Amino acid sequence: MYDAPRSTENTVSTEDIKFECTDCQVYYGDNHAIKDVSVKIEDKTVTAFIGPSGCGKSTFLRCLNRMNDTIDVARIEGSFLLDGQDIYDRKVDPVQLRAKVGMVFQKPNPFPKSIYDNIAYGPRIHGLARSKADLDEIVEKSLRRGAIWDEVKDRLHAPGTGLSGGQQQRLCIARAIATEPEVLLMDEPCSALDPIATAQVEELIDELRAQYSVVIVTHSMQQAARVSQKTAFFHLGNLVEYDETSKIFTNPEDPRTESYITGRIG
Amino acid sequence: MPLLWLFLIVLAIAAAGFVLGRGRALASAGGDARALHSLPGYYGWNVALKAMVPGFGLLIVWLLAQPLYVGSTVSSMIPDSAIKDGASRSLLMAEVRRTADGLDAAVAQDLITARDAADPDADIAALTDKLKEAGQIVTAEITQPVLTAAQRYRDLNAKGAFAMLIAVVAVALAGAFYGVNEARAEFRARNVVENGVRALLIAAASVAILTTLGIVLSLVFNTVEFFRLYPASNFFFGTSWAPSFSGRGGASDLGVLPLLWGTFYISIVALAVAVPIGLFAAIYLSEYAGPKVRAVAKPLLEVLAGIPTIVYGLFALLTVGPLLVSVFGDEGLGWMQAGTAVMTAGLVMGIMLIPFVSSLSDDIINAVPQAMRDGSYGLGATQSETIRQVVLPAALPGIVGAILLAASRAIGETMIVVLGAGAAARLSLNPFEAMTTVTAKIVSQLTGDADFASPEALVAFALGMTLFVLTLGLNVFALYIVRKYREQYE
Ligand SMILES: Nc1ncnc2c1ncn2[C@@H]1O[C@H](COP(=O)(O)OP(=O)(O)O)[C@@H](O)[C@H]1O
Ligand SMILES: [Mg+2]
Repeated sequence: MYDAPRSTENTVSTEDIKFECTDCQVYYGDNHAIKDVSVKIEDKTVTAFIGPSGCGKSTFLRCLNRMNDTIDVARIEGSFLLDGQDIYDRKVDPVQLRAKVGMVFQKPNPFPKSIYDNIAYGPRIHGLARSKADLDEIVEKSLRRGAIWDEVKDRLHAPGTGLSGGQQQRLCIARAIATEPEVLLMDEPCSALDPIATAQVEELIDELRAQYSVVIVTHSMQQAARVSQKTAFFHLGNLVEYDETSKIFTNPEDPRTESYITGRIG
Repeated sequence: MPLLWLFLIVLAIAAAGFVLGRGRALASAGGDARALHSLPGYYGWNVALKAMVPGFGLLIVWLLAQPLYVGSTVSSMIPDSAIKDGASRSLLMAEVRRTADGLDAAVAQDLITARDAADPDADIAALTDKLKEAGQIVTAEITQPVLTAAQRYRDLNAKGAFAMLIAVVAVALAGAFYGVNEARAEFRARNVVENGVRALLIAAASVAILTTLGIVLSLVFNTVEFFRLYPASNFFFGTSWAPSFSGRGGASDLGVLPLLWGTFYISIVALAVAVPIGLFAAIYLSEYAGPKVRAVAKPLLEVLAGIPTIVYGLFALLTVGPLLVSVFGDEGLGWMQAGTAVMTAGLVMGIMLIPFVSSLSDDIINAVPQAMRDGSYGLGATQSETIRQVVLPAALPGIVGAILLAASRAIGETMIVVLGAGAAARLSLNPFEAMTTVTAKIVSQLTGDADFASPEALVAFALGMTLFVLTLGLNVFALYIVRKYREQYE
């Protein structure tokens, strides 16, 4: 199988642009779910996607690591450049891509395995660890970065499904981190969590910004305002407005954005 | 025929009661159904239930009790002197019954009049001839005591049937009357019907459970009977199976080990075929196949489950056996003497089990949440990695259950063994030799004129019991495994 080149020497864009998407369209059969979306996602930044239910936030997010490939009816057009390389190019192996662009889902979905094996899953399939000690180190590092190490270090071999919802979600984030992705996509990661767990995950997202480009879909505008630096507002499949978070929440340009953040649509 | 009529009469009473009860309830509310406690139909059902339950209940009890009563009354009036040497009272009673049936038939064909049939002074020789003429099987000559008893038997039965007719109709009418009387607006007919429905469901469940219990008890009693005639240690630990049949004389060797070994060996071969093929087919169908392929392939695979096992047996005997012989027989590798062998039966049984494994596993794999797969794909795993490391472990308890289910089918299978594996009970490791199983031997011990008091026939029950305990153990084990994994993963 062809391996997608990891090098990015030939890119022209400035290094702080991670994703550059132009004129993207997504169709589910006859349903035109994403219309003419163009967006530039920066590195070492938290980007929030907000918008009413069904406006295509998840759909667009899933385009960024080709998770839509697993849906038969989905059809995608436009260019999605990750570090200047089109991820829908035939040379790119979606499986490799997903190791680079990790994903955390709405509902925590730990595998029915031990906590240790959950974290070690990615490194094992990608051969990232040379030895058992190496793997132990990766697991510990990921759990620490997932801000859950202290809670689970004494029961690494207990099943991951036995953790609380918030712990499970942080476990899933740690699991995604373990494959050392460059971008982390999160689809409403806090919607199944209680306020305390949400606060912990938000704190974690803020820390992750130092190393990764994080894209988060959220229903909560407060959350977007708290964790993100850039915000994109989607409405009926269109990207209505994309700007600094502070600008979107204080001085939006589009009337639809304003209606949404003041609670009149959505 | 009168029984069917009686049944219809009770039904008619119930139907009439339904209409009456419903109408009376409506009338009591002035025709306004909203003023009733329950919907009008419930009042009707209440009446119908009150007619049918006592009516049919009495009918059933009467039908069970009458033969017992008549039998014992008639039997007690036969003098001991009438019983010949070597015959028993029950044999004589059988003759009485036959004679009575014969008289019934003869009367029905107008060969004799009802009065002659009941005449205590009838000419026995003439009557016997008449009965023979009517095509009735009458043993030897009817004796006077038998004739008297038979006549009494007929008399009692006829009176009993008439009394039953009166009693059942009376009870049904009384019930219906009571129910109609109850049908007033404030009566809670709905709750009564609810209780009736519950009683019906409980009755159905009890019948199933009681039948199971009855089967197990009959197994246990006959097994105990067998162990009285044959030492248990020889049965459980004997390594030779050589029943001698009545007439040949001599003691039999009834060791179960060769049969258990045959059962085990054939089942293992069958599972070795069915589990990988079935599981892989299930994985393909649930994870790789598109909806169109799935819609065609899944039912096709399940057709395999609908083929009668005797057809598989023929397939083993006529196709697989000769095929194996041509490869492993004297012309080929020389390992196999004849078409009937463990391998033949095992392979064919394995094919039979494929749909059991695949269909169940397919459902179980489909039940694994999509979120698991997404999680794995999201980490950059390929499809087969995802299946191997996430989907299958999550589905494992269910798959183990499916495999154990297939195993108990394999253990209980008979026809394929009879036709495919031969009849020789043997303790051997060579899969190309003929062997036989517990089930096949149960059949062969009970066919022909078996004397049900001999250990050679009773051993069938001990074998059945062994099989029952084995499959029960297997099922309990399956449940245990499934539970254990559930606790761990949920
Ligand atoms: N798997 C799918 N198959 C068909 N249509 C889909 C699928 N997923 C989403 N859609 C449709 O695409 C549109 C956008 O959905 P989604 O991206 O999930 O919205 P959001 O995440 O913003 O709530 C909706 O109209 C939805 O019905
Ligand atoms: Mg969504």
